[in-house]
Parts: sequence; structure tokens; C-alpha cells
Amino acid sequence: MSLSTVLTWIVVLAVFLITIKPIGQYMAKVFTYQPTFLDRPFGWLENGIFRVIGVSRESDMTAKQYGIAFVGTNLVWVLLAYFLLRIQNILPFNPQHMSGLNPLLAFNTAASFTTNTNWQAYSGENTMSYFSQFGVLSYLQFVTPAAGGAVGIAVVRALSGRKLGNFFVDLTLVCTRLLLPLAIVVTLILVGQGVPETLGAYFQAHTLGGQTQLIPRGPIASWEAIEHLGQNGGGFTNANSANPLENPSAFSNIIETISMGLLPIGFFYFFGVMTGRRKLAWTLTAVAGSLFMIMLALAYFPEVAGNPIVNSLGLATHGNMVGKELRFGMGGTSIFETATMAFTTGSVASAHDSFLPLSSLSFFIGMFLNMVFGGKGVGFLNMIMFVIITIFLMGLMVGRTPEFLGKKIETKEVTLASIAFLIHPLLILVGTAIAIHSPAGLKGVYNGGPQGLGEILYGFTSAAANNGSAFGGLGAALPFYEIALGIVVIIGRYASVMAMLLLGQSLLKKKTVPETSGTMHTDTPLFAGILFGAIIILNALTFFPIMALGPLAEQYLMLAHHLF
Amino acid sequence: MINLWRSLRFTVVFAVLLGLVYPLFVMGIGNVLFPFQAQGSMVKVNGTVVGSELIAQATTAPGLFHPRPSAVHYAGNNSGGSNLGPTNPALITEVKGNLQQVLSQNPGVTAAQVPPDMVESSASGLDPNISIADAELQIPRIAKATGLSNGQLQNMITENETGRLFGIWGVSMVNVMQLNEMILQFQGKQVVNVG
Repeated sequence: MSLSTVLTWIVVLAVFLITIKPIGQYMAKVFTYQPTFLDRPFGWLENGIFRVIGVSRESDMTAKQYGIAFVGTNLVWVLLAYFLLRIQNILPFNPQHMSGLNPLLAFNTAASFTTNTNWQAYSGENTMSYFSQFGVLSYLQFVTPAAGGAVGIAVVRALSGRKLGNFFVDLTLVCTRLLLPLAIVVTLILVGQGVPETLGAYFQAHTLGGQTQLIPRGPIASWEAIEHLGQNGGGFTNANSANPLENPSAFSNIIETISMGLLPIGFFYFFGVMTGRRKLAWTLTAVAGSLFMIMLALAYFPEVAGNPIVNSLGLATHGNMVGKELRFGMGGTSIFETATMAFTTGSVASAHDSFLPLSSLSFFIGMFLNMVFGGKGVGFLNMIMFVIITIFLMGLMVGRTPEFLGKKIETKEVTLASIAFLIHPLLILVGTAIAIHSPAGLKGVYNGGPQGLGEILYGFTSAAANNGSAFGGLGAALPFYEIALGIVVIIGRYASVMAMLLLGQSLLKKKTVPETSGTMHTDTPLFAGILFGAIIILNALTFFPIMALGPLAEQYLMLAHHLF
Repeated sequence: MINLWRSLRFTVVFAVLLGLVYPLFVMGIGNVLFPFQAQGSMVKVNGTVVGSELIAQATTAPGLFHPRPSAVHYAGNNSGGSNLGPTNPALITEVKGNLQQVLSQNPGVTAAQVPPDMVESSASGLDPNISIADAELQIPRIAKATGLSNGQLQNMITENETGRLFGIWGVSMVNVMQLNEMILQFQGKQVVNVG
């Protein structure tokens, strides 16, 4: 392990560790409507917005109202996005004269961007007009993570014994107090590093080799900033953050990596401040953090060792550089990819399909668990879901009524948490099974053998987890995948979020039971260990068989120099 | 129903704020602070724009430095990798083919000297940088074709080397376009960055 890698990792992890507390405290202030330093630049704007929308900070909603407002707003976005993408050819800011999208691609893209998945069945640089890029898709990359974050905030309010709040107020504040200020700063850093930010058309260059080369430009930096701060992950171009125009240097790579993690990690501490249980927040952070470190190691060491089949060609050094950019280094690449899978961003700084089997295992783990911090708010809800299930299992083992935050966990909560847990593997495994049993699904496979199975599985997992990255070989532009994955992203997004919102409300309505000597504590290392174990066991029981057929089988066959 | 109207109003207000005001605002500041970068880091030679320092291009002339192999033939508007999996025979064929090309273009170089990044295609297909080892293996070929001495070329590499940022991040490498700009300048051509 090189010193550069160690230092790169330490810098990123240290930034996360240093910022978790201030960000969590700041969020708690914002979402309990206390004054902060951003009141001056944004307060007047928010008041105007609230007046136009017709809400106030005091207009609370019930879980049902909150949920309906959430889904209804998403519906508006998906329809509007579909419509605008279809007619982008007659809209302004289209210097490359891109034509309108066909119905299936427009559906798939609108569904995927509205659900904060940002799965892309198209190449941005030769499909989308500038208007579609910044007016439609970049806009959705602001508001859809804000919507997910708002639901997370509402549940945290419920868990802390407060009223849920108002969806539109939360949505506005996530945009103006978290995403927008950070996005402005990050955009300017990225432009300084070389990311274009212009309305100028693509440039026809006459190359040194005497050919012509069309160089895409556009408002890329402003896109890139929100793509990562919102854990969106949709690329401006096909190669996403591997494209030097989106991620030109080792420094921009680190900035984008950090941008992904700031808010999801801070959200854990926000919960601690809101509920007054900071120790519990640290406990949950430690569990997610150790899973992050496992993923990071898995994404790094196999790549440095290299592909044994290629190594046998006798090159100067080992190390898998297929589908990797030189400027990030192995350390920078591995931490970017771990972050993108842990925080369900789904942008990529390298080609995941060309990673070695054990490294792709790391990517699958991130998407299966979907709570290694996860997307801001939503990832935290998944963590709470595992906490509820773990507490229930512990209660069964010792024969006590399980409690969480002083509330009894009963049939309703366990049912809702179980529904939220089971939807995920259901979508992934059933979707994959249908795909491998249908000629239409198999048509999309690019690589042979276990890697081909992995491509299909990755597609459905990425859609269900609202991640959006892909094993790029998969023919995502086929009608089968445009429709199937479009449906999976929608169910994956809304079903579990609604279940968790109802769970929050159900806990809020319960009476607090006083702590006794028999209360099981959730903020101890013991609980952290049990939670960690429960997460691993539950997911291994669900996903080990398919992993054995995919990456694990391929690992052993690769060691035997078997080709497909 | 009233909330549906609120959704619509929210959507319109924020479409203006985030879809229009935000990108145009940062575009304005970005272009004032970093005019060269904001416009795509374009380079002009003798008055013609020859490309971007960020985007690799196909240079096959023996007298220029060559970039890493590209799975998309250096198509600037079609970035991407090969997406070949680790056990795909096409991957092994591709790497072997690239290796053969390097060995035949650079006589005297052996496989054991070639770093993997020189024969394995990148994720974007547009990787603008090469490793120092890659660049140094190309020196004899370029010297022969241009009349520059090995020492002069070695100096160009050292001069253009991007070390680790703050001594921490990334790898030591060199930008192919910047190297080739120097070769062209040496041959008397005028090179300017487009601001």
C-alpha cells in the first residue's frame, strides 16, 4: 500500500470526521428554525418562496399528508421532465441541435432522475441539449435529493418527539441552506481545476494528428457540484466523473469524493442532536464507518494486485489500469468508488465493469446494504430500519419487549421495518431472475460468464438502491431495461420511504416508557457489534447465493486463468 | 389537492432559482476568475484550435508523444471505456495488441519495461496524461523523428511533470498535449492557450 494512498484516504476520512459534528449541529439549527449565519443571504428569499407556495414554518403535516405531498411533488417532476425531454429540440439552449428523446428513454430518464437514481441509458454529450442538462436534469439533481432529505428530516423529528413539520418548508430549506451554498463553492473550485462552465457550443478542434475532434463543453461544473453534493451521480458525459472534463485532477477527484459524503454523514449526527442521543449517533456512525472501511479495502487491494491473466504477459508492474484514469492514482480511484457506492451517488471515476471480481463485491455490498451512510436522509432511514429489526431480534433472544428511544417496538413497527427491508432484495432478485429468463434481458449482456450475470444483477441492484452506476457493458438502452429499471427505481424509492415515514409517525404517537434496569441500551459497543452482525447476516442470507454465482465464482475461475 | 398546487408553485419557483439563476451566476463568476478553464482549456497552434489540454487525441506521428490507448478512438463527444471484464478474452487480445504496437513503434523496448497504463485503455478513452515511465519509453522514437536529443526530451518531461499535489494526491505523470506543445514550439510553431 503506497504512502500516497494512505495519505489520500486519511485526508478524506479526516475531513468526514471533522465535519460530522458541525454539519449535524448546523442542520439541527436549520430544521428547528433557529438563526444561523445564512439567514442574511437566504432568509428574505425563503420568506418570499414560502409566501408564493402558501406555507409557513408552523404549518405541520401528518405522516400521510407529508407522504402525499412528497409523492405528489415527485409526480409533478416526473411528468414535467418527461415532457421537456421529449420536446428539447424546440426548446432554447440547444447549440448541438439534439433531437427530442423517444418515449421509452424519456420515461426511463425522467423516472431515474426524479427518484434520485440517475441511471443513464444514454450518453449525455450526444443526447441532451444544454437546456435539458441544466434546466431539467441538473434542476432535478437539486430537488430530488432535497425531497429524500426532507423525509429523513421528518422521521428524525418524529423520533425526537417533535411534530413532523411541513414538506415544502423542509424541501426549500434543504435547497437554500444546504445544497445551494455548498454547490456554489464546489462549482468554483471545480472550474479552477479545469471543469468547463460555459454556454459555448461543442468545439471542433483540428488535432495535431490532422484529424478533427469534437470537444463537448457546457455548464459542466455547476452540474458536477450538485451531482455529488446531492448523491445524484448522473454524468454530464457518458464516462461521468472519469471524463477529464468532469473530473480533471487528483484534487477535483478528492473534492467530489468529499462532496458526496458531507451531508449523509452529517445527517447521522443531526439525528443525535435532535434526539439528544449523541452517543447513539456515534454508535451508528461507527457501524456505518466500519462497513465503509471494509468496502474501501475491498475496492483497493485486488486492483493493486492486478488481473493474474494480464500479469502473465510480463509487464513492468502489476495493477489493473483497465478502465482507470491515471491522474487519480489507485488510492484516489478506490476512495471515490467506495464513496459513490456507500453514499448511493452512482457517479463513477472509472469503469466498474472492468474491475476485478473481489472489487466489484465491494460495489455490490454498498448497494445491497444501502445504509453505509447512504443518500442523505434516505440512507439514515435504512440504518434505522436495521436498528429496529436488530432490537426486535435481541428482544426475542432475551425475552423482553424491545424498546427504541424510550418507545416500545411492537407488531406495527416491526412489520413496517420488515416491509422496508424485504422490498429491496425482492426487486433485485426477482428483476434479475426475469431478465436472465428472457431473451430480451439476455440481449443486453456484454461480457460472458459470471461477469455477464453480474451486469444484469448490477443493473437491478443499482436501480433498486437508487444508486445509478452501472456495469457499463450492459445494454441499458434496450426497451426491456428502459422499462424494467424505470419501474424498479420508482418502487425502490417510494415504497421503503413511505414505510419508514409511517413507522416514524407510529413511534411518535406512543407513550414514552421510563428507562429501567431491564432496558436494552442501543448506544453501547455491544449493541454496535450486534447491529453490525445482524446487518451482515441478514444480507448474507439474502444475497450470498447470487454473489457465489457472480463475483465469487469469477474470482476462482480468474485465478485458474479461465476465459469466457 | 391544495398541496398539488403548492408542488406546482414550488417547481416553478425553484426551476428559475436552481435551473437558471444558479448556473448563470456561477458561470459568470467562473468565467471571470478562470477564463481559460471555464472555456475548456483549449490550445491554439499557429492560430488554429488543436484541442483541449484535458482531452487526449489520436497522435500517431512518430515525432509526437502518444497518449494511452482509447476504447472510443479518442472521440471527444463519446467518452467511455472498453467495459471488458477481467475474464473476457477480448480484454487479453486488446492488451496484447496494444503491447505489440508499443513494441513495434518503439524498437528496443521490451515488455518488461512497459507499464500497464501504457497498454490498458482508460475509463474515459480520453485520459490526457501518461506515466513518466510511459513517456520515457517514447524518447528514442521521438528523438529519431524530430532531431531533438534524448536529453532535451528528458528535460521536457521533467519540466512538465505533474508531481503529487501537496505531495499527497495522485501520481507523477505528464500531460501529453503539453509535451507536444513543447515539441511544436521547438519546431518554431506558435502555441497559445485560448482564454
